[in-house]
Amino acid sequence: MAKEKKLRVRKHAVVLNRSAGGDASIFFFLTIMGIFMFLPMYYTVIQALKPLDELWAFPPKFYVTSPTFKNFKDLFRLMNTSWVPVSRYLFNTVIISAAGTFGNLALSSLAAYVLSKMKFPGKVPLFKLIELSLMFNAVAGAIANFIIMSALGWVDTLWAIIVPSWGSTLGLYLMKQFMDSSVSDAVLESARLDGAKELYIFWKIAMPMVKPAWLTLIVYSFQGLWNTGSTIYIYSEQKKTFSYAIGQILAGGIVRAGAGAASTVVMMLVPIIVFIISQSRILETMATSGMKD
Amino acid sequence: MSNKVADVTKTAADKKAEKKKAVSRKDMTKLQWTLKEMRVNWLSYVMLLPYYAIFLTFTIIPVFVSFFLGFTSFNMIEAPVWIWFDNYARLFLDDDIFILAVQNTLIFAAITGPVSYILSFLVAWFINELSPKLRAFVTLIFYAPNISGSVYMIWQVAFSGDSYGWVNGNLLNLGLIDTPIQFFQNASYVMPLCIIVALWTSLGSAFLSFIAGLQTVDRSLYEAGAVDGVKNRWQELWYITLPYMKPQLMFGAIMAITGSFGFGGIVDALAGNPSVDYCAWTIMHHLGDYGGARFETGYACAIATILFALMIGANMLVKKLLSKVGQ
Repeated sequence: MAKEKKLRVRKHAVVLNRSAGGDASIFFFLTIMGIFMFLPMYYTVIQALKPLDELWAFPPKFYVTSPTFKNFKDLFRLMNTSWVPVSRYLFNTVIISAAGTFGNLALSSLAAYVLSKMKFPGKVPLFKLIELSLMFNAVAGAIANFIIMSALGWVDTLWAIIVPSWGSTLGLYLMKQFMDSSVSDAVLESARLDGAKELYIFWKIAMPMVKPAWLTLIVYSFQGLWNTGSTIYIYSEQKKTFSYAIGQILAGGIVRAGAGAASTVVMMLVPIIVFIISQSRILETMATSGMKD
Repeated sequence: MSNKVADVTKTAADKKAEKKKAVSRKDMTKLQWTLKEMRVNWLSYVMLLPYYAIFLTFTIIPVFVSFFLGFTSFNMIEAPVWIWFDNYARLFLDDDIFILAVQNTLIFAAITGPVSYILSFLVAWFINELSPKLRAFVTLIFYAPNISGSVYMIWQVAFSGDSYGWVNGNLLNLGLIDTPIQFFQNASYVMPLCIIVALWTSLGSAFLSFIAGLQTVDRSLYEAGAVDGVKNRWQELWYITLPYMKPQLMFGAIMAITGSFGFGGIVDALAGNPSVDYCAWTIMHHLGDYGGARFETGYACAIATILFALMIGANMLVKKLLSKVGQ
């Protein structure tokens, strides 16, 4: 009885800080913003489900009366009859996403472990460099990068997209921060005293403890690479990506409006599903993302 | 809160002291000590090597190469010729379109950066007290445009210049206009529309970082605050939440700034390249024009260096500002 009373008092203390007017305005703001965010996504899906006559109805409608998957069928027919078959574009995108994500995960976890858990000269400046790189956009180095790619002979190969993605910094940064806060030094130290090799400690002790950070890195890397469009490094048609192919269909104008809408839906579904599955792990990782000055 | 800060500074000071102690050995110089430590820790370097080899080659070195090529006249075929500041002089004195690009970039960044940052925080803060399921749902709604690739093309469909565009179609139908508005061909609409679309896609990593960070704030701090006279949620925000969230605020700011300079692709897709009357021409477009189309690589590298300086400068400025939160 006494406990219950105490609980109620505490609850009351918190409720004191919340005005009904404030709650209502927050609800109002969230609703308006939510509608603004959601409507374009909704409209994309609706457009993809409209049959041709509804697509060109006047005035344009915000709903569909007889939904059809014909646009999706058109899309795949259109893409298979194109000069380079769609399977080729899709294959390129899958290769880029898989190889890029795997390499990024492997190299970043090694580096994150060392930066977070080992002491050696040069550790602080090396990590500062990572933080600095978060502050500028890759465009600033794009031209010099092209020169480097030509020197390596990687222009017009998929390597030009895959290899640089192995060195992307956001995933490494998040993983290092997560290791700082969730892998205790004492555990690693006792393993070292037991004579475990450093690589064994990394693989068998540290890595299993940072699963959410892996997953976050995988999702980030995958999302970035999945959306790779046309780049300055690739000019052969058969080496271009799925996102590029979809852009071409969208640019096809009136005759392809239905297939274009369908292709956007295909493109957006994959990252959204990936995010829904991994949301809680990503947020667990992001909780440690903070930067100290 | 202040206790925690004191702890942090103390441990930092301790570390410094430890370092000093280790280095101040009499039997070897600092350099010898460093080399010895490097030898002992060789494995650390081996484990770092693959990552840093790639990171340095494709992220850091290009910035330096760009910086030096910015002082040359170079066309990718003949050897570069050192011309000191000629490129910069030409940029600022002779190139009207560059000045326009700088203006547009700054307007774009100054609006999208702060608005996206504040919006990310407000939404994250507002949904913080919802039930976990509802919070996950709202998070998805706000975050989805950021990860959906080219889905922003729908804005072009909705605002297309013929009567089949949703906006024009309905305005015509209601009799508010007689002829369709050429939204993406009219200089006075292009920039605002691009900014709105950029904002629509801008709730990204910073947003997630805020949501997660807010969840880690210790509930008992709020209760203590309520006892100590915190009257409403705004005071709670200013005196408790924001100081506690400072690391996330810093990370989010960096993400927002870097993002705000990177919306060139959206402008291309919506308004075309070049946009009508160069009304949405940004530094990024100017860079692509001279680097990709005209092969004036030296000149383009000077542009890249300016873009780099702007981004780093904006970050430093915001870092300074944020260090004042909660003081």
